[in-house]
Amino acid sequence: MHELSLCRGLIQLLQEQAQQQDFRRVTAVWLEVGPLAAVEPAAMAFGFRAASLGTLAQGARLHLVPCPARARCRACGHCMEIQSWEMVCSECGSTRLQILSGQTLTIRELEVE
Amino acid sequence: MCGICGCNQTDHDGDAQRHGPAHARRLQVELDLFSLNDRHAQANRERFASQQVLVLNLMSSPGSGKTALLSETLPAQQAKWPVAVIEGDQQTQNDAERIRATGVRAVQINTGKLCHLDAHLVGHAVDELEDFERGVLYIENVGNLVCPAGFDLGEAARVVILSVTEGDDKPLKYPDIFHSAQLMVINKIDLAPYVDFDQAQCIANARRINPDIEVIALSARTGEGLQDWQAWVEQRYRERISRQCACASDQQAPC
Repeated sequence: MHELSLCRGLIQLLQEQAQQQDFRRVTAVWLEVGPLAAVEPAAMAFGFRAASLGTLAQGARLHLVPCPARARCRACGHCMEIQSWEMVCSECGSTRLQILSGQTLTIRELEVE
Repeated sequence: MCGICGCNQTDHDGDAQRHGPAHARRLQVELDLFSLNDRHAQANRERFASQQVLVLNLMSSPGSGKTALLSETLPAQQAKWPVAVIEGDQQTQNDAERIRATGVRAVQINTGKLCHLDAHLVGHAVDELEDFERGVLYIENVGNLVCPAGFDLGEAARVVILSVTEGDDKPLKYPDIFHSAQLMVINKIDLAPYVDFDQAQCIANARRINPDIEVIALSARTGEGLQDWQAWVEQRYRERISRQCACASDQQAPC
């Protein structure tokens, strides 16, 4: 359940932003989740509710926004979108792929007061 | 006064979602959720560099033999270079005591309910190793093949340990941790004849997730393969020290 730790970090980032950008409450958070980011959406939603209690984000909506993961084939150079770690090049069938993106968790937008 | 945000409006029913937009503004941001941990990890990394310490993050399921591997191999290493261990467990001092019994320094972190080590916890443990220099520091993570994967501790390399009794499909079941490791140690190979474990298939599965992962098969109990592990650590330690010396000589400081 490392999602709870990540959500505590999320709240801390919101508190830093509140000081920098002068707001008192957060009513919604848009979080971009890569498919290889090692988090479970239901656990993130639970973790966010738990971590936000008594903070500036209590009651805020958490929107998880999917983003694509991309990889490059080391054999033929083809770049493609992938859904999971079990990667096969859609062009040449090689399993030697290099991950280019899809492991990140990024807050993209906030609704604040 | 409004009980939600302290404003002077009274014409709403306490529904934050309905109340919010009257004051709300949208902010475009780009905030990496791992950035808080990464700040601590970077501070650890700078500290390890200044102390000329090679740091290895050992990750595995509970019971795969992390502590056994260390207690069997660290006394020999300690004859060549300084060695220390940070032990991560939810509770007990047991693992630190096992390491100390071999004459090696150990610091225990008890994480309580936490399922992984993070860079902040490790930073405090490193406070107890201020005088530790030019050696190898092992961080034995909490036994867990899932949660530790996302948390950079400031290590130079990650080692994932898998024992044959766990099954050869673990790299496919827990890909994040195998993707992030530089070395997979297959432990308990003395038990392979008694369990349904296909070593070649296990390695193929790991390389499906991480084409570059190195592999060492060994038994901490019988000693088979331990020389490969010792050689792997020694090579990385020598690289670490020589890189540090190269940096130091670039700055015309004594090595």
